[in-house]
Amino acid sequence: MIKAILIFNNHGKPRLSKFYQHINEDTQQQIIRETFHLVSKRDENVCNFLEGGLLIGGSDNRLIYRHYATLYFVFCVDSSESELGILDLIQVFVETLDKCFENVCELDLIFHVDKVHNILAEMVMGGMVLETNMNEIVTQIDAQNKLEKSEAGLAGAPARAVSAVKNMNLPEIPRNINIGDISIKVPNLPSFK
Amino acid sequence: MEAVNLLSSNRYTEKQIGYLFISVLVNSNSELIRLINNAIKNDLASRNPTFMGLALHCIASVGSREMAEAFAGEIPKVLVAGDTMDSVKQSAALCLLRLYRTSPDLVPMGDWTSRVVHLLNDQHLGVVTAATSLITTLAQKNPEEFKTSVSLAVSRLSRIVTSASTDLQDYTYYFVPAPWLSVKLLRLLQCYPPPEDPAVRGRLTECLETILNKAQEPPKSKKVQHSNAKNAVLFEAISLIIHHDSEPNLLVRACNQLGQFLQHRETNLRYLALESMCTLASSEFSHEAVKTHIETVINALKTERDVSVRQRAVDLLYAMCDRSNAPQIVAEMLSYLETADYSIREEIVLKVAILAEKYAVDYTWYVDTILNLIRIAGDYVSEEVWYRVIQIVINRDDVQGYAAKTVFEALQAPACHENLVKVGGYILGEFGNLIAGDPRSSPLVQFNLLHSKFHLCSVPTRALLLSTYIKFVNLFPEVKATIQDVLRSDSQLRNADVELQQRAVEYLRLSTVASTDILATVLEEMPPFPERASSILAKLKKKKGPGTVTGLEDAKRERGVDVNGGPEPAPASASAASTPSPSADLLGLGATPPAPAGPPPSSGGLLVDVFSDSASAVAPLAPGSEDNFARFVCKNNGVLFENQLLQIGLKSEFRQNLGRMFIFYGNKTSTQFLNFTPTLICSDDLQSNLTLQTKPVDPTVDGGAQVQQVVNIECVSDFMEAPVLNIQFRYGGTFQNVSVQLPITLNKFFQPTEMASQDFFQRWKQLSNPQQEVQNIFKAKHPMDTEITKAKIIGFGSALLEEVDPNPANFVGAGIIHSKTTQIGCLLRLEPNLQAQMYRLTLRTSKESVSQRLCELLSEQF
Repeated sequence: MIKAILIFNNHGKPRLSKFYQHINEDTQQQIIRETFHLVSKRDENVCNFLEGGLLIGGSDNRLIYRHYATLYFVFCVDSSESELGILDLIQVFVETLDKCFENVCELDLIFHVDKVHNILAEMVMGGMVLETNMNEIVTQIDAQNKLEKSEAGLAGAPARAVSAVKNMNLPEIPRNINIGDISIKVPNLPSFK
Repeated sequence: MEAVNLLSSNRYTEKQIGYLFISVLVNSNSELIRLINNAIKNDLASRNPTFMGLALHCIASVGSREMAEAFAGEIPKVLVAGDTMDSVKQSAALCLLRLYRTSPDLVPMGDWTSRVVHLLNDQHLGVVTAATSLITTLAQKNPEEFKTSVSLAVSRLSRIVTSASTDLQDYTYYFVPAPWLSVKLLRLLQCYPPPEDPAVRGRLTECLETILNKAQEPPKSKKVQHSNAKNAVLFEAISLIIHHDSEPNLLVRACNQLGQFLQHRETNLRYLALESMCTLASSEFSHEAVKTHIETVINALKTERDVSVRQRAVDLLYAMCDRSNAPQIVAEMLSYLETADYSIREEIVLKVAILAEKYAVDYTWYVDTILNLIRIAGDYVSEEVWYRVIQIVINRDDVQGYAAKTVFEALQAPACHENLVKVGGYILGEFGNLIAGDPRSSPLVQFNLLHSKFHLCSVPTRALLLSTYIKFVNLFPEVKATIQDVLRSDSQLRNADVELQQRAVEYLRLSTVASTDILATVLEEMPPFPERASSILAKLKKKKGPGTVTGLEDAKRERGVDVNGGPEPAPASASAASTPSPSADLLGLGATPPAPAGPPPSSGGLLVDVFSDSASAVAPLAPGSEDNFARFVCKNNGVLFENQLLQIGLKSEFRQNLGRMFIFYGNKTSTQFLNFTPTLICSDDLQSNLTLQTKPVDPTVDGGAQVQQVVNIECVSDFMEAPVLNIQFRYGGTFQNVSVQLPITLNKFFQPTEMASQDFFQRWKQLSNPQQEVQNIFKAKHPMDTEITKAKIIGFGSALLEEVDPNPANFVGAGIIHSKTTQIGCLLRLEPNLQAQMYRLTLRTSKESVSQRLCELLSEQF
């Protein structure tokens, strides 16, 4: 099964991370750092597989990665997946992104995180491959886009979401924080002689 | 909260944002789960495929236990319902899989399982892919319930493989028909043994052949994706072939295919080829075929630029190694070690050490290899490795002299690794005398050489060297004064380290107080170590983690015995503590050196024997007494019987038809034994064939004391049974009665006879009368190790004839049984079958009863 999918750029800035097993956030960050460290120091024409780092599951796991221009796509999988198959899956994923965004680039991933997640969700579900047929995936995504357009245009939903966040009932933060009279007494130091 | 509100919206966009928020940000134990569950439930019931899809995705990405509780019953229904859309089915299958992974107990098995299996026949390939994933996981846990999936999977696979690549909707990826599904189906088939139904089986073989054939066709596209997809299927097919391990033809073809990949331009393919070959090497059909690629693999080791590929090459070399190519492989690995990446050095060191030991034909080669290993990569040689060298050197008389000479030479290098000093110190201390005759390595030279390294070493090594010095005092009286000076110097006697100080003080005293006899006994050569599984293997296993090498390792491990359960070398401190003797204090100290699991020369155990008045207690504690008799068939000394009160030890010697046995009765309690009467009982049959003479022993045995009884034995004629030793005594008012079989067996009167191959076969033919031959085929009770077997045959009494049998794996022995009346020539042949773990033992002697008895006795030994 696929344990995690990570996308980061040449400088190790994470652009997308999806973990298919529950890992707390600190560890997630560490895993991304560790993976970047492992992957980035490898030459261009070495093989695309390497033994997983220590954090994510140990020696049963493999990292399978591909490097496209400024981005690394890393899939962390266990021994039940075919390595070359995953390599193909990365290719399918990238090609799909390319179709959906028309010449995908790093910025698309930053500004359309939701879409990228949706595309990924069409391909991989709960760590297993759901669909590999590119046309099928694109059809699904298009259908979703159509639905979106039919409903109050593109801007509607985000706007409502933003207003929802604004109206959230956050606990009142006291505006003026009164520190009060705090006088710190400095003990008298004996003077040096 | 707002997100949950969005879920219940009817608008797609809002719903979608809500779900996205939840799957990305909500972890599995949030309080919101209840509310989310509610919303999901509504969506699942909505019959709107898009909404259902979103809901299923959400379940799959959160996948908590509560969700499993809520939906585990629901989803199977969605999955098998006739009117569900294909895309929803797909999601449902994977969603169920996810829930099954988190909480398998909550997913009910039921009538839906059979319908899931039939999804393999679905029109829509996406559904089939998802269903295959689900079934694979489920089948691993419940192979019986999903057995029907095998034939369906095979037929589906054959339809994909043989179809022209156009009629598969859009699932053709770069001209390869549905590579993903093929891979998944092949994985599913790997959960099961080869199908029994010949039709299914034939079809599967046909599929696999087609896949192999396709690999030879010219590529339909130059794109790397095409070859990737094609090879993904191919590699999976190869792993299935390896898994089934039943079609030699396919195995060899697979091996050749992998051989081609070894030289492929693509690094990925080389990597995978090496990896698959590693598993292929362990199959008996293809082992030979794999071996033909040895040059390529060695080349890969040298020229490959990628460390992960090189690592695989090392693994493969390790897997393909056997007796015929061990020297070459070990030499290559050693030379690679000099330039190897630091990250994999330790592993290579372990592998070299194991291979060198396992396939050592000539132990001088082994010693050379290990010393080289320490020279090249001393820092990576773990303790286990050098312990093992010492164990082997001590257990094998024939290499001791050579080992001493080699380490002596190696130590002369101006800078040598501390591990080498350790090995050197130990071996010279034990066997330095074997090379002392040469003026270039006279005792003083040896001592000076070791002492020149002394100051550069860490404390444990110094402690070991001090022990070496005291052993020198015994071996070479002429350097005694020099060594005493060294021990006496302030840097030793007042060393800040307690351990060193203690050793210096004790050894100095010992060398001045004790007479040469006592010294000789205390500082005797270490007794041989009991054979046991190499600790190195255990170490390698630990390093590699479970699962990756174990299968292979188990197959390779011949020197069995449970790794931890093997008997430790003579438990010195234990015996010292239990013996109430005046020297106990000194012993307590003597035994304290932190004997680190292995063999450092702690003289504590031996001191007991010196200072207490008896001089026996040979073996370590004896296990259950039933099998003790069998153990004595091939050896003469040891503990025959032991319970809480009494210990019976034996020492015996036999020459021609006569023998003498010393029986030691040890009182383990602190109370006297009264009326102590041992009697030897021979049945009537036995009496006429075997004469035993002994004197009665003292009827009282004091607490902690030991009495000795001598039995003179004469073999009149060949005999079948063994005499019984009965002991009766009173202990604290209760009457005790113990009976044990005394291991006086026919084979004790063996005299080994050396003969050439020609002679052997001539005699073998002479004894071809059916009454003269007795054959027994039996299952191995112990691990089948060549060295142990050899030792047993020699211990049995016959000569072990090398290079007689045309098959080198077989053992051949010859000897003469001496009795007062006749002499009976015996020939024996033992043929091990490693695969079946069986032996065939054939005995030919001039007398039927002798053949019979010897065969019985020897069969028990393996």
